[in-house]
Amino acid sequence: MKRLCLWATLWLLTSTALAESLFEQRLGELTEASLAETQSLLEALEAEGDPRLLPLFDALFNGNLYYRDADQTLVAADPNTGDAPYIGILSGEVIASLNEDNVTKVRVNNRLRRYLNDALARLKLTAPDPAIREAAVNELLTQLNADTIAQLDVLRADEQNAKVQQALDTALNLYTAQSSDQVGARVQAIGELSSSLQNAVRNALARLAEDEDAPEAVQNAAAESLNSIEQKFTFYGYVDQLFFGLSLGSVLLLAAFGLAITFGVMGVINMAHGEMLMLGAYTTFVVQQLMPNAINQSIWVAIPMAFLVAGSVGVLIERCVIRFLHGRPLETLLATFGISLILQQLVRTIFSPLNRRVVAPDWLSGSWQINPALSLTFNRLYILIFALIVFALLVLIMKKTALGLQVRAVSQNRAMAKAMGIKTDWVDALTFGLGSGIAGVGGVALSQLTNVGPNLGQSYIIDSFMVVVFGGVGNLYGTLVAAFSLGVANKFLEPITGTVLATTLVLVFIILFIQKRPKGLFPQRGRAAE
Amino acid sequence: MTTSPILDRDHVWPFLAPSHVPVDVSHQVILYVESLSVSFDGFKALNDLNLYVNDGELRCLIGANGAGKTTLMDVITGKTACDSGRAFFGQTIDLLKHSEAEVAQLGIGRKFQKPTVFEAQTVFDNLELAMKSRKGLWPTLMARLSSSDIDRIDSVLTTIGLSGQRLMLAGSLSHGQKQWLEIGMLLVADPRLLLIDEPVAGMTAEETDRTAELLTSLAGERTVIVVEHDMAFVRSIARTVTVLHQGSVLAEGTMDQIQNHPDVIEVYLGEEA
Amino acid sequence: MNAVMHFLSLGRAPGSKTLPFVAILFGVTLLASLGNLLIPETSALHVSTYTITLLGKYLSYALLALSVDVIWGYCGILSLGHGAFFALGGYAMGMYLMRQIGDRGVYGNPILPDFMVFLNWDELPWFWLGMDQFWFAMLMVVFVPGLLAFVFGWLAFHSRVTGVYLSIITQALTYALMLAFFRNEMGFGGNNGLTDFKDLLGFDLQSDTTRVALFAITAVILGGVYVLSQAILKSRFGKVVEAIRDGENRVRFLGYRTERYKVGLFVYSAVIAGIAGALYVPQVGIINPGEFAPLKSIELVVWVAVGGRGTLYGAVVGALLVNYAKTRFTAILPDGWLFILGGLFVLVTLFLPKGLVGLVGQLRSRFKPSKTTEEPAA
Repeated sequence: MKRLCLWATLWLLTSTALAESLFEQRLGELTEASLAETQSLLEALEAEGDPRLLPLFDALFNGNLYYRDADQTLVAADPNTGDAPYIGILSGEVIASLNEDNVTKVRVNNRLRRYLNDALARLKLTAPDPAIREAAVNELLTQLNADTIAQLDVLRADEQNAKVQQALDTALNLYTAQSSDQVGARVQAIGELSSSLQNAVRNALARLAEDEDAPEAVQNAAAESLNSIEQKFTFYGYVDQLFFGLSLGSVLLLAAFGLAITFGVMGVINMAHGEMLMLGAYTTFVVQQLMPNAINQSIWVAIPMAFLVAGSVGVLIERCVIRFLHGRPLETLLATFGISLILQQLVRTIFSPLNRRVVAPDWLSGSWQINPALSLTFNRLYILIFALIVFALLVLIMKKTALGLQVRAVSQNRAMAKAMGIKTDWVDALTFGLGSGIAGVGGVALSQLTNVGPNLGQSYIIDSFMVVVFGGVGNLYGTLVAAFSLGVANKFLEPITGTVLATTLVLVFIILFIQKRPKGLFPQRGRAAE
Repeated sequence: MTTSPILDRDHVWPFLAPSHVPVDVSHQVILYVESLSVSFDGFKALNDLNLYVNDGELRCLIGANGAGKTTLMDVITGKTACDSGRAFFGQTIDLLKHSEAEVAQLGIGRKFQKPTVFEAQTVFDNLELAMKSRKGLWPTLMARLSSSDIDRIDSVLTTIGLSGQRLMLAGSLSHGQKQWLEIGMLLVADPRLLLIDEPVAGMTAEETDRTAELLTSLAGERTVIVVEHDMAFVRSIARTVTVLHQGSVLAEGTMDQIQNHPDVIEVYLGEEA
Repeated sequence: MNAVMHFLSLGRAPGSKTLPFVAILFGVTLLASLGNLLIPETSALHVSTYTITLLGKYLSYALLALSVDVIWGYCGILSLGHGAFFALGGYAMGMYLMRQIGDRGVYGNPILPDFMVFLNWDELPWFWLGMDQFWFAMLMVVFVPGLLAFVFGWLAFHSRVTGVYLSIITQALTYALMLAFFRNEMGFGGNNGLTDFKDLLGFDLQSDTTRVALFAITAVILGGVYVLSQAILKSRFGKVVEAIRDGENRVRFLGYRTERYKVGLFVYSAVIAGIAGALYVPQVGIINPGEFAPLKSIELVVWVAVGGRGTLYGAVVGALLVNYAKTRFTAILPDGWLFILGGLFVLVTLFLPKGLVGLVGQLRSRFKPSKTTEEPAA
């Protein structure tokens, strides 16, 4: 009662000052209404019609609607956490100072939820955003009845957006296919449905094809349409696997680039290469720790930082160890393996042996829904693009810059390059730094996909060696093709054989492949190869 | 009337046939090379090359760098596969079907341009390894040097003038001594055909004379093919000279014929001009 | 017979370190065994059973190092997959020991090992048949690693895969095997491997005498393999192998089929590694897929590198030293060991290309310059 008085005073004070719409006024009543009154209040609100209804109803339906204790302002909690940040319903902006202690939930009961569900569907069907309309129509596919169909018919007549038109047609056709009393109309509708990829359509057709009561023509048409839909689903399933394979391939590619340079161009086998990935990933972690309020931006800092950190460690390794082992590949292998042990243990000592989680920026989460059968997650998509950009940059560096020219010269004939005045020492160190730096950048990408731990690099080192060997040493294009084909092969084998066996099979395949073509897919030929 | 191999009492099964087939030189020719072509990435190292070498001949191969001399030897000894053509050792043995080791066991010895001896082993061991003997796993595991083997190695050591270095590590020999050791390794293997790539590079004038003498004395009993750039040396030993140019035979004949051959003059003088 | 005598006599060639090596090995073994069995526990000279087991473990590692040295030090083939042969030999022995448990397991099944009962299997997989016979299991200890080495070596060496390529595919081999052995469906106990062994040929594995006997057998086999390897490497076969290390192409042109020599030596080396694994398992009491881990294989390469490759006793010394150091250091500073191991890799390759044995040789020649023969610059 006391609160009511307070509120009434406030109301008197503010109502004169602000010219509020009827909508806002009714909204204000919501926090005070009893559960019994709420429905009529909501119906009145719906009758007003306002773009802010949708977030309001949505929050209320999902139990995320709160009001600020101080002034009864309605806010919606974050749908993922059910907690802060709270967004003001009226303002549409985040209200920073709120937390769960100074807000109160607006209650609903089942009767209200039923009403809200229907109201939401109605709201969405007429929402200004065509994507919401389309989704609303697709949601209705499982609960079509004469009433909804009548409503959809009306909407169809006014709809301008092609995609929404299509969705509406699908819904109308589905209803006709299931409920019409004319066999011809049903068969025709079923035929039209064969282009749809909606799960509801697929299930309805499957029921129709098996339905003993339906006319034979309808059954056959349903089976036929279903078949064509299934084929599309299988196709998109393959596309999905291909995408997964490509994204695994792009991870392998990022891991293998550095090796392709250090091993392929310099002939130095660097077993500590995996640890360069690890360093890159830890750099991302540290950068995020240093700028906790700017997670989205931190990745742009992390990429150059990772390049610098891994690159300078690479240069250090080259200057301190590898250059003394020139022309002794097996010894280089052992020494760099020792370095990899030291780096791993170092990271374990500094950061603890436990895995660390790197938070992905917003724009990397979520997925791109191409159609109901196919959606591509953004993080994998971006990593694929990122790998291709790095590849292009690398090819540019190797083909167009002075460093690239010198690196190629040194790799082909060290003595001659030296005689021409190229500082081979300097080129070696830079090449190694470049290879390691790129691995560090690969580590940034990896940290977005998996947890960051001291063993991160190890799990990729053998695979990326396989990529380099498979593609042919010293050939960046070969590396590209090899990484993608290994990634895709792995992902296509997985559903058939299981993860472990798929990995094993790919390894066995490469072992056999090297037997057949010891110089890889794209070998260097002729006298230079001797 | 044809009988199946099983009923044929005279049929020799491949696995029972002796591994050392004598070279059939009934037509006096020991090496046939016919229309041989090899290309590396479009570059034709050998281009339809034909070469016939008689049994007991001493043949010199000359030609500019890239003329295909070394590639020809590589194909004969099984190191490089060829694109097309044929190479026969005597009338019956198809060289292109054999690996390096098999070619060596058939009796074709090769000395490389760069002396490659086993530096971590003694001079004596180097010769023991090269010696004509059974070269399977078990025979070498059980091998014992008979006194005649030791005599044979010692006589070769005397021939190549390395008796004093018998138990020295081959790695500590001088460049010229390594050349001699290589030649010794050829001699001790007792081959029918010797392919010798630039034998006198890095030798003193006196050593060159001795090499010339040795090679001339080898011819007759064996067949010798020498690749050499040193024209004075070629003149001192050669009876027949073959000139290679861009992967094919340009001219063939005695040294005098070659020097007056119009094609040779055009190629060499034309290039210089 | 004559041939065999001749063959063995090669090992006793003047200048070889065979005799002192075998004498020291057997002497220490005898003293340690007597110290455990005869001297009462109260005495300061008593050798505890723990020490005996530790020594036995070291000796089986030494045998493993020997197998790597034969192939790496003498033939130049750096195998990063020898842990796989070791583990296969170990698994063969482990399978025998599993079958010996009989109905004393937790589930009391007279035929099936516990893990199979746990997985609801009804019968033994075919590859477990016959493993209850000691002779058959021992045959498998030799045969399985040998066969794998033969198939792998034949494929690799015939297609002339050499150098780091070979090293990497051997590493891939052991990695693939590790993944496979981690799977329960493979029928080798999955993650946990084979353990809880009770007895060997009826002798209780926990008793002091069995432990001493296993230790002594390991020493005898190590000595025997040492003498045999020395004989093989001193024969003309050994000279061919060394020549392959220094110039494989040249050896081919001398008429030797080098790939056959390499396959032969690889199989020999793998068989020794398998035997080492079989000796290791009953002393340690467990075998699991961790033994296939690439790190294990590469670690044993460092034993050889530390000791000095190209000399058999160098490999043995390296294995003993590094493993002793590992035991001590992991007790004091568990986290520090990987730093030390990593440092060893780097330091040995940079500063001790011939290992400790080479260092001793260098020091000796510095102090007694008159007696040494001229050596080639390495």
